[in-house]
Amino acid sequence: MLKTYQYPKFPFVRPAELDSPQTRHVPVIVVGAGPVGLSAAIDLAQRNIPVVVLDEDDTVSIGSRGVCYAKRALEILDRYGVGERVVQKGVSWNVGRTFFRDEEVFRFNLVPEPDHHRPGMVNLQQYYLEEYLIERARELPNIDLRWKSTVIGVTPGEDAVTVRVETPAGAYALSCDWLIAADGARSPIRRMLGLDIEGKIFMDRFLIADVVMKADFPPERWFWFDPPFHPGQSVLLHRQADDVWRIDFQLGWDADPEEEKKPERVIPRIRAMLGDDREFELEWVSVYTFQCRRMKRFNHGRVLFVGDAAHQVSPFGARGANSGIQDVDNLGWKLELVMQGKAPAALLDTYSDERTYAADENIRNSTRSTDFITPKGNVSKTFRNAVLGLARHHPFARGLVNSGRLSVPSFYVDSPLNTPDADAFAGRMVPGAPMDDAPVSAPGGGSPWLLPHFGQGFRLMIALDDAAALDAATAEGLAALRRGAIPAEPIVVAREGAAPGGIETLHDVKGRVRERYDLQPGTVYLIRPDQHVAARWRRFDPTAIEAALRRASVQGA
Amino acid sequence: MMINLEYNFREPRTRTFYGYEAGDAFYEALIEAHRDLDEEQSALVNARLVLLLANHVGDVDLLREAIRLAREDVTGG
Ligand SMILES: Cc1cc2nc3c(=O)[nH]c(=O)nc-3n(C[C@H](O)[C@H](O)[C@H](O)COP(=O)(O)OP(=O)(O)OC[C@H]3O[C@@H](n4cnc5c(N)ncnc54)[C@H](O)[C@@H]3O)c2cc1C
Repeated sequence: MLKTYQYPKFPFVRPAELDSPQTRHVPVIVVGAGPVGLSAAIDLAQRNIPVVVLDEDDTVSIGSRGVCYAKRALEILDRYGVGERVVQKGVSWNVGRTFFRDEEVFRFNLVPEPDHHRPGMVNLQQYYLEEYLIERARELPNIDLRWKSTVIGVTPGEDAVTVRVETPAGAYALSCDWLIAADGARSPIRRMLGLDIEGKIFMDRFLIADVVMKADFPPERWFWFDPPFHPGQSVLLHRQADDVWRIDFQLGWDADPEEEKKPERVIPRIRAMLGDDREFELEWVSVYTFQCRRMKRFNHGRVLFVGDAAHQVSPFGARGANSGIQDVDNLGWKLELVMQGKAPAALLDTYSDERTYAADENIRNSTRSTDFITPKGNVSKTFRNAVLGLARHHPFARGLVNSGRLSVPSFYVDSPLNTPDADAFAGRMVPGAPMDDAPVSAPGGGSPWLLPHFGQGFRLMIALDDAAALDAATAEGLAALRRGAIPAEPIVVAREGAAPGGIETLHDVKGRVRERYDLQPGTVYLIRPDQHVAARWRRFDPTAIEAALRRASVQGA
Repeated sequence: MMINLEYNFREPRTRTFYGYEAGDAFYEALIEAHRDLDEEQSALVNARLVLLLANHVGDVDLLREAIRLAREDVTGG
């Protein structure tokens, strides 16, 4: 038991299926109630799709795992109704200090780009994130969350997938249209289906310790290369909520995990690191190894893999849960359209295409960090130390110091769902880009930020100086698009005025939307339900918009 | 001309969205260049690389400045 946190225990409820000879059929089963499975369930439930969630355990993530939740994940969590709690409970940090041997090499201050709602990242213990997601899931009547329910068999079929579930009260079968495998890095579903996951294990071990510090300690991120108190290795110190500090010690491959975990080994190590006799209490210690690997495809018929089940990265850069939450953001709307019969199942292939692309980016970045932090061979070490030495004096070398590149969203620039630009645009909101946030005012009510006005279905963002000047022909065209099989809801972004016909209007109070999206009066953006740009034009052309909508949902021409 | 000590890595042919990507890509290529080489071969590759880049820079005053900065802190430290 931790001193700062009490693990909740969720009750096992005997399911009715145990007493019925028939196999019940449900639309969607999610296996795994980790951060990614819970996010998947909430995404789908918010789309009015009923979901059964099965988890073998009856509590949240034990011990110290995910720490750092990045901006994009927070924006998605906002859509799931827990972003605010995570940000409130989490701690933000801006100052990072980098040490090499016994000297501080440089310090940076991550001054966030102004006028975004969410910060670059917050630090929070993973169990809090899961607890908040579970509470949110329990508010949604169409989520059936089942604890102590272990999936022990899976039978994929043409029209349905059947799972066998073991519980303390006996086993039963349940079938579904779609199975979402969010069962973690060791994914029993992946194994039972005989599917491969390829990549490499890093020959290294890390000791992670959570300590509660009584005295004041600055909320900064400290990273040591080859420190005197832990020669030849790296050490990371981070602050989490409740005055709990997380420390990661690189141990090397030859370390004995059982030996290293003993408090009599850990405590002197931490004391040497803190360099004085300040008081601390040890909350948690464990040793982990990690790997970078992913499945070739994330969709296999009616089974869809998300999160760690589909891909794993080294923790440098916090790309694990952060990317899993983005998987779900990408999958939810596609699955909804397929289930409604509005898009072919091929739309789910693009889930795999876009998210394997993102996984490769995450693996590439976390591998580069790992190779910098733990250089293999003498030449690598010489270059690493040369960079650190130069970084003391020269800004260019600071840019090469790689102690983790924090999780950022992928730009799906090669996605087949994008309609390539025909008109000229500046800036980075290219087709495939994740939307940039900006402050707005919403005369009709709603968030003073841009992003929360997007995210359930497709949206058309129309830029005007005066919203009231929207001409009748365009208004009529928008009304038609709103009634389409796959509707695109209009939203006008203007300096002033209200759009006619009750069309939602936002005021670009600081001009940031115009700046970030390179808007001119008449510019139109088609935005996907996951807040990525699908297409954009300099003028309103309903035929082009319809074609882009068909393309973004993989309909034939 | 002064030696440029600001971060100056870029990948003109690839559209990147985050500042660190070009520098990290270079660093990866640099480490990769030494894969499967013994120490002598590695040293030779480094020497050849310095010569290629020096010729590309061309300006000998600038190269002298780079040489001076490269030696700084290395001896006696
Ligand atoms: C040391 C460390 C540091 C990390 N730091 C970060 C960080 O800073 N930021 C970040 O984003 N990520 C971080 N991660 C990664 C993060 O913890 C994982 O990416 C995340 O937990 C993955 O979530 P998931 O839901 O896919 O899988 P999991 O969290 O592993 O959840 C899988 C769930 O499936 C259930 N399950 C498994 N098998 C079955 C079965 N047969 N039947 C029913 N249920 C089953 C399990 O009980 C579990 O609840 C870190 C990881 C480690 C180890």
